[in-house]
Amino acid sequence: MYRYDEFDHQFVQERTAQFRDQANRRLSGALTEDEFRPLRLMNGLYLQLHAYMLRVAIPYGTLSSKQMRQLAYIADKWDRGYGHFTTRQNIQYNWIKLEDTADILAALAEVEMHAIQTSGNCIRNVTTDHWAGAAADEIADPRPVGELLRQWSSLHPEFSYLPRKFKIAVTGAPNDRAAVKVHDIGLRLHRNDAGAIGWEVMVGGGQGRTPMIAVTVRDFLPEKELVAYIEAIMRVYNLYGRRDNKFKARIKILVHEIGAEKFKAEVEAEYERRPEQTTHVEEKELQRIAAYFAPPAFEKLSRFSPAFEEAKLLHPGFARWARNNLAAHRVDGYTIVNISLKPEGGIPGDATSDQMRLMAELAERYSHDELRVSHPQNIILPHVKKDDALAIWQALVPAELATANYGLAGDIIACPGMDYCSLATARSIPISQAISRKFADLDVQEKIGPVKINISGCINACGHHHVGHIGILGLDKKGEEFYQITLGGSSAENASIGSILGPGFAGHEVADAIEKILTTYVKLRQPGEEFLYAYRRLGPQPFKEALYAAA
Amino acid sequence: MPLLKNNAFITDSWLHLGAEDALPEGGNVTIPFSRLKNEWESLAKFPGQLGAVLSNTDHAEDVAHFLPHLALVVLPFPAFVDGRAYSIARQIRLLGYRGELRATGNILPDQFQYMAQVGFSSFEVSERFPLESWQQASKQMSLAYQRGLYRRVGEAEVWSERHADTAPEPTPWEEQPHAG
Repeated sequence: MYRYDEFDHQFVQERTAQFRDQANRRLSGALTEDEFRPLRLMNGLYLQLHAYMLRVAIPYGTLSSKQMRQLAYIADKWDRGYGHFTTRQNIQYNWIKLEDTADILAALAEVEMHAIQTSGNCIRNVTTDHWAGAAADEIADPRPVGELLRQWSSLHPEFSYLPRKFKIAVTGAPNDRAAVKVHDIGLRLHRNDAGAIGWEVMVGGGQGRTPMIAVTVRDFLPEKELVAYIEAIMRVYNLYGRRDNKFKARIKILVHEIGAEKFKAEVEAEYERRPEQTTHVEEKELQRIAAYFAPPAFEKLSRFSPAFEEAKLLHPGFARWARNNLAAHRVDGYTIVNISLKPEGGIPGDATSDQMRLMAELAERYSHDELRVSHPQNIILPHVKKDDALAIWQALVPAELATANYGLAGDIIACPGMDYCSLATARSIPISQAISRKFADLDVQEKIGPVKINISGCINACGHHHVGHIGILGLDKKGEEFYQITLGGSSAENASIGSILGPGFAGHEVADAIEKILTTYVKLRQPGEEFLYAYRRLGPQPFKEALYAAA
Repeated sequence: MPLLKNNAFITDSWLHLGAEDALPEGGNVTIPFSRLKNEWESLAKFPGQLGAVLSNTDHAEDVAHFLPHLALVVLPFPAFVDGRAYSIARQIRLLGYRGELRATGNILPDQFQYMAQVGFSSFEVSERFPLESWQQASKQMSLAYQRGLYRRVGEAEVWSERHADTAPEPTPWEEQPHAG
């Protein structure tokens, strides 16, 4: 894991002092709310429906046990004993006081964390594959590039007042778990025919009211050129991105309006003019960072663990959890543990401080002191010996963290919706809870197989409904909440935007509608065919008939 | 409006002409960039110093041709959240311009250091803020991760410090201790 050096420490301490001064000036009235707003947003502080919400950055989703314990401490001391893990691998606290915020930032700085640029019209926290460094299919760990970009983008003087927010995602594996094609910039590592590695640079993906898949501007950029090249993209966006309408201000609109070819030409022209033609410093810095991400000292183990196999025979509950929540590790005898934060009837992504402390303890004992926050709002122990999986499961069960639904119908992504958010037009959480209760029977979920259900409480699409295999969008029609269903979206390497199936549903009808869709799928699928592929083969018609045919 | 330069409020020695105003005999005058382009043939013979007032939708490459003849470039921030002028400032400095680069419009202390870092050297500011609030604001952060920014004494680029053995000598435009 990356560790701060003296410069990084000094940087976050100065930043905390700066924010303390800004908050004091706001409290004394020296700063107007309009002037303070962008400053607090760039420190992750939102004003929500009921209170301030603080969003803390978890760069590329990686946490140590010590950091997770500090997050639990913050939840207890300054919030209501819980936190909410987000789709961009961050954590948010929903009940924060402005007066406390600088102290919270100081507590974060103690464990090498911050809330810099988790909001505002600037470059946001860089996200990546939550299985980075562990996944069997990975070409190389993308986190060194994530850290390089975190540093480069932090308080960038030129790019702190962009037309709109800007999100970068990085993946080092061919199976995209970081949703890079629906980010403002997506970076994908791949090998060329000569076996060398380079980065595909994609620009202009996004969700919100105008969902778009990113276009490729460079197929194979050498790693050492990433910073300078992204700087050129950012400059083109900062100069030419629309500022007349905040709904048309994201980079995807610029790329769409001037066309991918013209956009690419502008970026290449800007890149030609770059001030630093040499990249020695960036190369050295990348090497320095990469050393922190050296793999932990894995033991030499057999691929086959008798203890693990025996435990599955003895404990059917464990066998099911192992089947659904463990993933292939790149090292023999190890596994990736995916802890579901989606218990039946729960709030997706929420964890109590006790749960956080338990996960921290398990990471310390069994996972080389590392945890990850995943884009689908779960927690991961990336480096676990198969021999230890049973002990972990046994510890998770009493803490209600052992739900065996990872990647299944109950593993729902949902935004906070109208229960917390001031932008929402409908509630998301109750819909998610109703669906998870509808599919409470894990036998049913397993029979259905992998499916991604994503719920957003408004058109801004924080719940990623456009790229859910099944997407649900909550809207307001004359004071009544109603929900549109889209099918066929994906945020993976086969990215696509879902299509609206037909007229919307009232809140209490949604779970039944989802059940009908999935029943139809199970009836019509070919052996082994997952929901997304069945939908792509069948098209919307059978699902429309199931939902809308006259009874 | 007070003019802030080199850590002090100073008197503006420039005469700012509009699109129609007659040229004086000499002295320092700024001209709107559109007029500068149209009347360049006659303006080139002006005996005093010339400055250009840009808008934040002007392109740096259009200005490039005139830069060697200018002693002041004025760039506006119509709203403090409109960040286009940061990029134009950087481009103008990258084009080799070493003269005064002035920020006008909605300039607030909390954006002041960013402006200095991208190359602004003077600031037309509101009476609302006393000199010490600008002096404090100019020292908020002593470190920056980005390379190639304008720096003053006591400020460091983290990456260049970490790799001092490989970092090239800073190019001259980075060294000018002018800002704030």
